[in-house]
Amino acid sequence: MFHRESGVFKTTYAADMALYPLPIAKWTVAALAVIFVVIVPLTVHEYYLSILNLIFIAIVGALGLNILVGYTGQISLGHGAFMSVGAYTAANLAVKLDLPFWLTLPAGGLMAAAIGVVVGMPSLRIKGLYLAIATLAGQLIIEWTINRVPAISGGAQASIQVDRPSLFGFSFNTQGTLYFFLLFFAVLAIIGTLNLVRSRIGRAFVAVRDQDIAAEIIGIDIYRYKLMAFAISSFYAGVCGVLYTYYFGIANYEQFQLIVSIDYLAMIIIGGLGSVLGSILGAVFVTLLPIVIRILMENVGSLFFTTAEMANVISGLRLGVFGGLIIFFLIVEPEGLNRLWRNIRSYFRVWPFSY
Amino acid sequence: MVGVSARRAVAYETDNQLVVEGVSKRFGGVVAVEDVSLEVPRGSIVSIIGPNGAGKTSLLNMISGFYKPDSGRVALEGKDITQKKPSDIAALGIARTFQNIALFSGLTVLDNLMLGRHVRMKAGVLSSVIYWGLAQKEDIAHREAVEEILEFLKLQDLRRQPTAALAYGLRKRVELGRALASQPKVLLLDEPMGGMNQDEKEDMARYVLDVNQERGVTVVLIEHDMGVVMDISDKVVVLDRGRGIAVGTPDEVQRNPKVVEAYLGTAKGGAKA
Repeated sequence: MFHRESGVFKTTYAADMALYPLPIAKWTVAALAVIFVVIVPLTVHEYYLSILNLIFIAIVGALGLNILVGYTGQISLGHGAFMSVGAYTAANLAVKLDLPFWLTLPAGGLMAAAIGVVVGMPSLRIKGLYLAIATLAGQLIIEWTINRVPAISGGAQASIQVDRPSLFGFSFNTQGTLYFFLLFFAVLAIIGTLNLVRSRIGRAFVAVRDQDIAAEIIGIDIYRYKLMAFAISSFYAGVCGVLYTYYFGIANYEQFQLIVSIDYLAMIIIGGLGSVLGSILGAVFVTLLPIVIRILMENVGSLFFTTAEMANVISGLRLGVFGGLIIFFLIVEPEGLNRLWRNIRSYFRVWPFSY
Repeated sequence: MVGVSARRAVAYETDNQLVVEGVSKRFGGVVAVEDVSLEVPRGSIVSIIGPNGAGKTSLLNMISGFYKPDSGRVALEGKDITQKKPSDIAALGIARTFQNIALFSGLTVLDNLMLGRHVRMKAGVLSSVIYWGLAQKEDIAHREAVEEILEFLKLQDLRRQPTAALAYGLRKRVELGRALASQPKVLLLDEPMGGMNQDEKEDMARYVLDVNQERGVTVVLIEHDMGVVMDISDKVVVLDRGRGIAVGTPDEVQRNPKVVEAYLGTAKGGAKA
């Protein structure tokens, strides 16, 4: 934030096209790395680590959904279901074939990608609200299938227990160790997305979003790219589902119902469509919101409500505040938290001599 | 039969780069284009003119594959492209601009031009996600080609500007740049000077001539400004109500009574109106 761009002259295209074109950004990244790899896990209480872990998982899913919705301009109400596809694929492979996470994770992602392409096929013909309904149908069909087919869901409870992930005999079985496991995949997803959106494929996605006719005329096969966006996005969702499964130690279809699809849409709308930072901020915001509301209510709400009433009040308040905030953001800053951050940054860019 | 048409195709390859043979297109009961033919010699500038609704843009849409003709065929360098997808036709070397500018408004000038090179690039999903290595090397190589076009069109200082924020004339120029970025053999321009003032028109005419002469690109142009059309075209094709009514050099076309009639109406038609 407090850096200056003047005096930075790039002499190669590689430097001009770097992820962080300013030299000082290297130090920012290094500082973030130290904070998240060393300081946070050493100092933060286990309970808060568990919240961070949930945020890391949400980041993976939000990034994936943003590739589809924010960058390619297609909509999906089926991402919760794609997560469940990843989750049950990984759980079944882990339990029945005893495969390690580094095989079940990509397998879950790929299976979700395959299903995602099928659910995304209507996007070749329809857009917007119609596509939303078509993907909603996909969500419900997948939910139903997983719930009713014991071969997938593992019996009456429709849930499968899995062991925590382990690598070379080391088991990630505490919040502290899971922290590193999930941080790794969140960082991987962030870097992968940053690269994707600045490359040939990412540009083509944006072209499909902005002007599909012109995109076709300059040589982008829009059908191919729409399905590709669904595949990549569902892959992220699948991986996100696998991470949830390992985090909770159980794959459960109730974890991935329609409300999850909507939560993730809320993340990217609040965070900012078509932005990597927005996906991260949105994931943080939406994950923290119910927790903050609950903590606030537990401390302040006891003055007004009895303990028995509290549970209802909290869940009702969560939905209310959630809906209110989405409306607030759509009116005040349609481009989301990412835009707010950029406004602040550009204010400080020339501060204190803003003229 | 197939053999015969294939041999004929080879025969006109020597002079005509783009050939449209008797294409027709109907939308319901409306005849947009009826039995129109067009021969575009390699390295020429061919203009299509005609009153509003004459079918000029529909003809361009059929060449670029956006409409499939009901009958007739389109051939590029002797190769039939009538049934090909627009994206494949772009890859074969036909680029175009639109009457109502169709830029990717959320992207910068630079990214719009890089998208113009999409068909010349190869990076897939995996190498894009990994980026460092293959995709980066490719991006840099193509960036150089794009910078050359930015320089040619004097757009260097705008490369980081989102196109939505640019003035109308500049956006038209960026669109030309995006079309050029794909290294087309044939460039289809749909009213590149529409809505421009005289200075901007002269600039654009200069660019079109430079594209044709310096870069050796064959140009097919739709334009309403007769001064520009008559100045820069090698050949003019006149359409009226979906049919071709005249073809020839600018001088020949201007003297053609049918053309005068289409534009000004006959004495009888005038009396009715």
